[in-house]
Amino acid sequence: MSKNYFQVMRPGINTTFQDNGRNNLYHIGIPFSGAMDNRIFLIANSLVENDLTAPVLEFAYQGPLLRYHGDKINFAITGDVIFKLRKKKSEVEGRCYESYIIEDGDEIDILSTNKSVYGYLAISGEFNLKFQWGSCSVNTKSNIGSNNGKALSNGQKIEISKIRCNQSKKKSNYINTKIEKIRVIKGTNFDYFSDEGKKIFFEKEFIVSKLSDRMGMRLEGQKIKNIVHTNIKSEGLLKGVIQIPADGNPIIMLSDHGTIGGYPKIGVVISADYDRLVQIPSGSKIKFKEIELLNAETLFKLYDMETQNLVSKF
Amino acid sequence: MIKNISNLGDAALYCDFGDEVNKETNLNVIKYFQSLKRKNIEGINNLTPSYNKLIISFDLKKTNFKDIKKKLENINIDQSINLSAKKIDIPVCCDDSFSLDFKRLEKKLNLCRDLILQNFFEKEYFCYMTGFIAGMPFLGDIDKQIRVERLETPRVKVPRGSIGLTEQFANIYTFESPGGWNIIGNTPLKVFDNSKEVEPNLINPGDKIKFKEISIEEYKNYNE
Repeated sequence: MSKNYFQVMRPGINTTFQDNGRNNLYHIGIPFSGAMDNRIFLIANSLVENDLTAPVLEFAYQGPLLRYHGDKINFAITGDVIFKLRKKKSEVEGRCYESYIIEDGDEIDILSTNKSVYGYLAISGEFNLKFQWGSCSVNTKSNIGSNNGKALSNGQKIEISKIRCNQSKKKSNYINTKIEKIRVIKGTNFDYFSDEGKKIFFEKEFIVSKLSDRMGMRLEGQKIKNIVHTNIKSEGLLKGVIQIPADGNPIIMLSDHGTIGGYPKIGVVISADYDRLVQIPSGSKIKFKEIELLNAETLFKLYDMETQNLVSKF
Repeated sequence: MIKNISNLGDAALYCDFGDEVNKETNLNVIKYFQSLKRKNIEGINNLTPSYNKLIISFDLKKTNFKDIKKKLENINIDQSINLSAKKIDIPVCCDDSFSLDFKRLEKKLNLCRDLILQNFFEKEYFCYMTGFIAGMPFLGDIDKQIRVERLETPRVKVPRGSIGLTEQFANIYTFESPGGWNIIGNTPLKVFDNSKEVEPNLINPGDKIKFKEISIEEYKNYNE
């Protein structure tokens, strides 16, 4: 037993270890997984001077309450997150994108994300985790990854090895960016839908359903009518693919998606907008905008450069 | 072999091998997939073969659609590739507690349970692809007489080990999962072993599968 650890006093709704995810396993049915919002996952690690792709804790909506035991250590939380840091004699309102020092007995209480879904907790050390296919990322549907492929549970201990502590504070004034419309490239079955349906898809608002998770985001709105066939021969899926099943409501594939599916693909969310897509909470509105491949490639280059700048500041 | 290549979003190629779902087309997909996998092309981070498609995903930081497409046009596919083609027996128990959809099947097919099972256990099946959930094999072709559509309303939870039928295919639920296939039985065999980093899948594309009926006692006492 490591002498540095967090005691989980409350696990949160879906708190999992995540890193960069795993490649080259789609053909046996294993998706990428990995941190949903890649940019702020990288920033979290940069704030505590870790390797950028080191494992972190990802939480959704309500996060965990963690009590720390051990030597002094830094942590940072990224996202739009409301949290408290409880020391022996004081309680402070935590600020995101800022590193803190905690010591034996301190508590981090991650109350909720604000108008967003995911947040990240990184520590200046290494969580003691098992890697599977080169990644710690937890896929709770197939029980793959660290922590036996499961989300955090009440009362468990999270062991930490190799800790460092930096006395100087690190801070970023980054604010989660939002965009008005999620940009989409037409899918391989775009012409399966009626003209009216296509119009609805690009012009009307949809509401993010409660039935959304790391696997997929379900949307509700005006039904999109299929005029060819409501099934296709099952074929590969990717994160960002938007399928329309027979009921006419879009489903967007997210990082833990099934690798094969048989519903027509009306579109694919561009890579540059994925981090922002996953942060749209259930009950919120979402709108799509059509974009061409070349523009999508340029937008990704810009987005990636911006991310590189953000993480290289520290 | 590839009839058409288009883009699927900004980070994948969608390779179409033809409309027909048959072994010949599928074997072309599998050969192409195996061949590409061995070539380890810089930037490609995933390959998803299916009945008649191959999706090639790449890292948009390293490459793009145009470049990968160009590389594919100049690639030699090894036609002599040896597919694994293992023969695997899968024990299946069709006790009432497992065969959740027999009433529906009997009604839809107008056949009694015994005839459906006789037909199902008689044939050897071919693995077209694996996926959806980790290790799930898509096997075919089941006989025309026992083909049915998927359930109108999919189940929220299909038990692990369930054997399902839909149209010309059979599959095995390697994990508890949502699903809409018609469940006829359950296997005690571990078809996906997530403790193995190498070859966690028992069944791979190209393999030949025979289902063997076992009793509930044999199921309970089954030891791998």
